[in-house]
Amino acid sequence: MDGNAPDFAAASRAALADPQLRGNFRRAMDGLMTKRAAQFPDAGEWHGVRALAAAVRLRALSKLPELLETLEENCTRNGITVHWAATTEEANAIALDILHKANAKLVVKGKSMVTEEMHLNAVLEKDGIEVLESDLGEYIVQLDGTMPAHIIMPAIHLNTKQIAHLFKRKIKDAESREDAAYLTDLARRVLRAKFQAADVGMSGVNAAVAETGTLCLIENEGNGRMCTTVPPVHIAFMGLEKVVEKLEDVPPVISLLPRSATGQPITTYVNMISGPRKDGEKDGPREVHLVILDNGRSSIYADPELRDTLRCIRCGACMNHCPVYTKVGGHAYEAPYPGPIGKILVPQIEGLEKRGAMPHACTMCNACVEICPVKIPIVEIMGRLRVEAVKPGGAVKDGGAKASRKESMVWSGWAAMNASPTAYRLATMAMSRLGNAAPSSLPMLKEWTNVRTKPRFAGRTLHDLARAKGIPDV
Amino acid sequence: MSDARNSILTRLRATRDAHPPTPPASDFAPIEAKQWAAEERLPRIRRLMEAVHTEFLDATKADWPQVLREFLAREGVGSLLYAPGTEAGKQLVEGGERGPIPTLIPYDRPLEDLKPQLFETIEAGLTTTRGAIAETGSLILWPTAEEPRTLSLIPHIHIALLRTDALYDTFLQAMREQGWAQAMPTNALLVSGPSKTADIEQTLAYGVHGPKRLVVLVIHQ
Ligand code: SF4
Repeated sequence: MDGNAPDFAAASRAALADPQLRGNFRRAMDGLMTKRAAQFPDAGEWHGVRALAAAVRLRALSKLPELLETLEENCTRNGITVHWAATTEEANAIALDILHKANAKLVVKGKSMVTEEMHLNAVLEKDGIEVLESDLGEYIVQLDGTMPAHIIMPAIHLNTKQIAHLFKRKIKDAESREDAAYLTDLARRVLRAKFQAADVGMSGVNAAVAETGTLCLIENEGNGRMCTTVPPVHIAFMGLEKVVEKLEDVPPVISLLPRSATGQPITTYVNMISGPRKDGEKDGPREVHLVILDNGRSSIYADPELRDTLRCIRCGACMNHCPVYTKVGGHAYEAPYPGPIGKILVPQIEGLEKRGAMPHACTMCNACVEICPVKIPIVEIMGRLRVEAVKPGGAVKDGGAKASRKESMVWSGWAAMNASPTAYRLATMAMSRLGNAAPSSLPMLKEWTNVRTKPRFAGRTLHDLARAKGIPDV
Repeated sequence: MSDARNSILTRLRATRDAHPPTPPASDFAPIEAKQWAAEERLPRIRRLMEAVHTEFLDATKADWPQVLREFLAREGVGSLLYAPGTEAGKQLVEGGERGPIPTLIPYDRPLEDLKPQLFETIEAGLTTTRGAIAETGSLILWPTAEEPRTLSLIPHIHIALLRTDALYDTFLQAMREQGWAQAMPTNALLVSGPSKTADIEQTLAYGVHGPKRLVVLVIHQ
């Protein structure tokens, strides 16, 4: 992933040419959109709770430094060890240090997007530590040696047949059965043995409550509970924006997250952890660590407009509703976060040099903005990033990396033409006379006409037609 | 890594103060407005939880151990892990003479000493609840030193006792009325069904990592 900049255009062309992949995504996204819509039958309720969830997130961001301090204080009081990491390298070093002290050989992990950002698994494996993803989708993706294609449903790009083949290849004694119930049970058997034996469990955090020092995790499978309850050490990873002020701020977030994500009223488990095993308690980890990661988030926070990116509660609904994501799938983005949230978050974290193409993978249809449970102005931020990509010295890492003289000259010309009535009239007249004669293979035109028919210019301009109707020029 | 801590916090503070945001007021009314009549709550909880394969049994304060034993016998469940230190645990043991007797295993030692049994042989676990939530059909679990966390997690069947005098409209109402923010336990949970997944082509499958079955034993007051 590091090194050469990912080529989104090439990757999406490849994805578009794969009918199996497109079918898998189309089916899945249609199902998710229908199920989500069924969870919000009452528009008033949706607007009310959504406004509240957005307010909760905005309030948290408005007090972010203070809340992080309070969180640290209360977690520490509860017996949780808090670590801070400016970069993913630091976060990986913290994790390794804890693992070495615990003499850990086997790690089980619950779903955590932050550890995807860190490429933690690769780091642990290099260190000789066995690390096992335990969310079924993540487990499938790990067996397959790929990366999650969706932040909520990592293996959504594969169908049952493909997964059955994978299990047959990778799991000892697996039968070749294309049956979700059988495959699920098989994974249960493999992973239960690992939960029992693991030295350390890892997880993400959906919301961290400053007021009480509580880590909230939601999930359906119980693997999150296994990872945070059974091994003697638990390490939780969170992006620094994940904090909320009060325990009461959790219900609005929990109310919208599962409904938006998968169309269920609530996840099977809402797991609230406020410390390691206390004296006299019979289970739970003896150590709980919380790693708070920045990785570019404080830069995002610095800009009042881009700051809204940090409201995200990672429901994935924007992906499910994105016409681009649905067609190219999650892997084309080659990023830990695909889809609309990825298109605004990843370029800000990794820089516009490497990720300048991402904000362009958007039709600006606004579907994501309409369903985002915390009302992030995703499309506005997308527009802003397009500007930042050609404007050196701006607010975003590697701003101006995509600046091109040719493009900026074209736009200056465009602006000049539109600012002068005479120039405008001359230009439109020229287009109406000569536009159709221009071959679609002209250098700049080609990029458009490659995949589209060249539009036909009308023989007369709008001004002409208006004048003919007796509408005077102003 | 305290360097990271200080530089992150300093940066956040400086940039926030340069552009201080003004968040809108947090109006909880849309959640507070969600209310159900007392007699509607249990049927709603039942409907929502049954929709995700939860099973229900009805009993009274006096006869629940009997109802439970009969259920276990009927289903051929041979072993039940329980919390000997709780009221419910005591009642379970005392209510023993009248029904078929499964092997009752007390959770009376640390997880480490029980792990192999828990993962390999124990079939069911019994816990109490602190109530349930009508909006989403969720049980409130409040593990304690007497009633450990893994009791409701590792055995294939989780049986939860639910008293009908502790039914709330919403998660928010439950946490407010029970004063959670003042005293969070090591672990608190909402449980809304048996473990499930749809990670294989959106096909719902139950019992992936946690309990395969969730049985709510309703104790009518
Ligand atoms: S941007 Fe909004 S819709 Fe997308 S994942 Fe984040 S919260 Fe969900």
